Amino acid sequence: MNDMTPEREERSANLKGLGCSRKRVEDARFTQGKGNYVDDVKMPGMLHGDFVRSPYAHARVISINKDAALALDGVVAVLTAEDLAPLNLHWMPTLAGDKQMVLADGKVLFQGQEVAFVVARDRYVAADAVELVEVEYEELPVITDPFESLKSDVVLREDLAGQTTGPHGPRKHHNHIFTWEQGDVKATNQVLDNAEVVAEESMYYHRTHPCPLETCGCVASMDKVNGKLTLWGTFQAPHVVRTVASMLSGIEEHNIRVISPDIGGGFGNKVGVYPGYICSIVASIVTGVPVKWVEDRMENLMATAFARDYWMTGKIAATKEGKITGLHCQVTADHGGFDACADPTKFPAGFMNICTGSYDIPVAYLGVDGVYTNKAPGGVSYRCSFRVTEAVYFIERMIEVLAIELNMDAAELRRINFIKKEQFPYQSALGWEYDSGDYHTAWDKALKTVDYEGLRKEQAEQVAAFKRGETRTLMGIGLSFFTEIVGAGPVKNCDILGMGMFDSCEIRIHPTGSAVARLGTISQGQGHATTFAQILASEIGLSADSITIEEGDTDTAPYGLGTYGSRSTPVAGAAAAMAGRKIRAKAQMIAAYLLEVHDDDVEFDVDRFVVKGVPERFKTMKDIAYAAYNQAIPGLEPGLEAVSYYDPPNMTYPFGAYVCVMDIDVDTGVPEIRRFYALDDCGTRINPMIIEGQVHGGLTEALAVALGQEIAYDKMGNVKTATLMDFFLPTAWEVPNFETDHTVTPSPHHPIGAKGVGESPHVGGVPCFSNAVQDAFRPFGLRHTNMPHDHWRIWQTANDLGLHE
Amino acid sequence: MIPAAFDYYRPKDVEGVIALLQEHGDDARVLAGGHSLIPMMKLRMAEVPHLIDLQDIAALKGITIDQDTITIGAMVSQHELINHDGLSAAAPILREAALQIADPQVRYMGTVGGNIANGDPGNDMPGLMQCLDAQINLLGPDGSRTVAARDYYEAAYMTDREDDEILISVVFTAPVGGFAYEKQKRKIGDYATAAAAVQIAKVDGKVASASIAMTNLSDVPVWSQGAADELAGSVCETATLKAAVAAMLGDIDPTEDNRGPVAFKRHVAGIILTRAITRAWDRA
Repeated sequence: MNDMTPEREERSANLKGLGCSRKRVEDARFTQGKGNYVDDVKMPGMLHGDFVRSPYAHARVISINKDAALALDGVVAVLTAEDLAPLNLHWMPTLAGDKQMVLADGKVLFQGQEVAFVVARDRYVAADAVELVEVEYEELPVITDPFESLKSDVVLREDLAGQTTGPHGPRKHHNHIFTWEQGDVKATNQVLDNAEVVAEESMYYHRTHPCPLETCGCVASMDKVNGKLTLWGTFQAPHVVRTVASMLSGIEEHNIRVISPDIGGGFGNKVGVYPGYICSIVASIVTGVPVKWVEDRMENLMATAFARDYWMTGKIAATKEGKITGLHCQVTADHGGFDACADPTKFPAGFMNICTGSYDIPVAYLGVDGVYTNKAPGGVSYRCSFRVTEAVYFIERMIEVLAIELNMDAAELRRINFIKKEQFPYQSALGWEYDSGDYHTAWDKALKTVDYEGLRKEQAEQVAAFKRGETRTLMGIGLSFFTEIVGAGPVKNCDILGMGMFDSCEIRIHPTGSAVARLGTISQGQGHATTFAQILASEIGLSADSITIEEGDTDTAPYGLGTYGSRSTPVAGAAAAMAGRKIRAKAQMIAAYLLEVHDDDVEFDVDRFVVKGVPERFKTMKDIAYAAYNQAIPGLEPGLEAVSYYDPPNMTYPFGAYVCVMDIDVDTGVPEIRRFYALDDCGTRINPMIIEGQVHGGLTEALAVALGQEIAYDKMGNVKTATLMDFFLPTAWEVPNFETDHTVTPSPHHPIGAKGVGESPHVGGVPCFSNAVQDAFRPFGLRHTNMPHDHWRIWQTANDLGLHE
Repeated sequence: MIPAAFDYYRPKDVEGVIALLQEHGDDARVLAGGHSLIPMMKLRMAEVPHLIDLQDIAALKGITIDQDTITIGAMVSQHELINHDGLSAAAPILREAALQIADPQVRYMGTVGGNIANGDPGNDMPGLMQCLDAQINLLGPDGSRTVAARDYYEAAYMTDREDDEILISVVFTAPVGGFAYEKQKRKIGDYATAAAAVQIAKVDGKVASASIAMTNLSDVPVWSQGAADELAGSVCETATLKAAVAAMLGDIDPTEDNRGPVAFKRHVAGIILTRAITRAWDRA
């Protein structure tokens, strides 16, 4: 193709395609309060649901008395497990192959568990009625520790009594869920036994919560005349919800329409199916009118899907020079009362086996044991691909611990172990094929930008000054290098409830040269309406401004697996590009006909097809679109439409290099972030402005998790952090200025080379913030301390090291 | 987060408020900025069948500075406190403290009177008023009375105010010398892990008088006479600061919560007080 002449450059810029920092088309409505969220859905006669929830973490339900609630004016129904049992809806399947109580069936397993569902005329009456439902409980012993759970005689899941095999293999104990093993344990142990150096460390990645600003909710509307059920809801995977709703309710799938309207953040919290959805559907079927259920903040934090809660023990073997020779990782995973992890079916610990990180580690082993406790179910990927934050935190901490063991600089240790550029595609010891990477270039650029050597010098001076009593502040330099694994995924090994994890795009070009494209994903703030239009603009030569993107309505959008795990761009974005190419292929035939030349004699040129070698003879895509609808072209059907279902050949592997400089007040435990530098390589960059926003958001949530955000339980299983007073949600005040940077290493197998970026900053950010805290205390003998690094825990670390008077 | 039903009143004068309080007794509560009461109602931890909104009562508004006597109406918002030039000049510690309360949106609504009256140990104004030796003016069916801020607090959410009384205003003498309000919190909008209000008057290069109060380190604000006494006559050298901290630590009684264990809170209280005294002394 020709070089970019100014004229071509201008035509290209007009498309606002790949690489354009196009303003988000969604923002006009969001910034003016004109979004349409599920709580904005109001229908005539609509009823409101609210839950009676368990105050206990483990108890037998002796009796439920609805009389007083039913007597209250405005109360229509009070549903309990007994009411749902005849429909076989008192339990529901989870995405992890387990089942979960919709409403308490004889006992409760966590505080906040759904016990009864009140349906009333308005939200206020419903809340009043909840207080009038009398539930008699008999308290049972509470287990909040997974290790204790595996030793306890107390049977948490009586419904599974005698089942020695679960969906993921043998169960070792009545509170054990599964064992998942990857890699070669024998070879790994051999390497560890014979290694020159072995570093070992145990770490707890605490339980936290995605806490989207909009909580979960739905409106179910059963139309008894035409037999159709419409379900609006905060669903990250609307098509999956439709299929599950059909399987559970027996309503044929074509009679169910699921609509995800605007969603105020998901971060994994809105992937699963919650009892509120089932109860609302049942209530609408029973009453014949629409029923709305929207949870409040405390319900969201206490009862909907949490994230993390992984106890990880690592052993890393290396030569004296620091070349890593093997890695062993053993995880005890606390899944709460039901196994409701949102992972692809064959991956009960998600992609935890990416835990060899960015390093060329020849031998490795991963073992994960899932365990039941009296905590809320979940285990979702909070702004990350499946369990990838856990994996990256694990390896980035193990690297730091190994550096301490070897008395080596942690940046250098990383450098000598990185997978080299020429090793890609790289086969990891735990079974993944990394598509592309250039880690050394990214790392060198990052270290040079922040003047790493200068920082280390300054840190040493600071330590000396501290020891002389001249300062009470310590300086930490946090490093992290991460490799994500996103874009699930190839249908051959990735599915959710049996549905292959492909995605889809359907395009219709209108006669006047504008278009609508519909995809199987759903934006929750990612800006799909902006970026997918840019992908298509570059593929089909129409301006992004002329392309409407629609998602989230299962009656109109093609089947897709939804948005989470940074899969939208890798999978649906690829589908969009492929559908665009189908459009272009037909457009080429139309152009050739219009230009009266052979198909092979025209070529695509930004926004048109030109006769090869005769650039003044061309037809623009607008001309071609019009011709598609108003000319009878021999051998071609009228119209210009395409659909593509894309089954990715592999995952994509975005990576990045992060550095955090932190000053820590040893006396108060207050950390101050002086600088944060983030270099991201997400392959082809679609919209740099949106990438920057995604990086800022992901880092903000990383800061939250590393520095204080947690779902904490007391011994009785009470949630201690169920409000935003105690659950840390950072604001502009707590968040530092982030410096962003990038390199570009396209994915070789993705149609446009894009890899996805929304979750990278969270995955890389958490270990970077944590490493900064830990690095500050390394000169005083700290090896490892667990997150969250809130003030008192940092203070405790300093205190344990004898740094206070 | 859905409150129970309540009746809403919006009287135009304090007499109307007192009448409603007498009529409904325990079932009535007054509403100032609402940042403590409304969340409690939404959580159904406070049941208020009769809610009396004070925002239309002109007599509860306004800041007056008469010579060295400062009067702040109960319904003055934190935002007004921060932006009142005369007050910032006469008692700058108020501005420094108010800027550390929550965030701008909360400060537009949150009031001085509400912050003082509620008896929440997390609130910043009670300790500050003790530091300034403020007098609290209350009005009830039997007329008005005045109680010293240092005598007002009995226990968490328990104060000297009777159920049928309302807080009208606080009055204090403009402080002299250096000041500091030092607060450690986990995040914006949080209550203090530890906070210290310090006023120091300096004469002939030495501390002439000092006043020290601590926030959220007991179930009531803690005015530490002992700590202030240690400073008197000193030049706030290291040994004096240590003695003042030791005296303060004898007066506080923090409890463990999500902000941390008792040992941490006591340590931080000492650090925060040391910094507050140092800053106040620098400014004296």
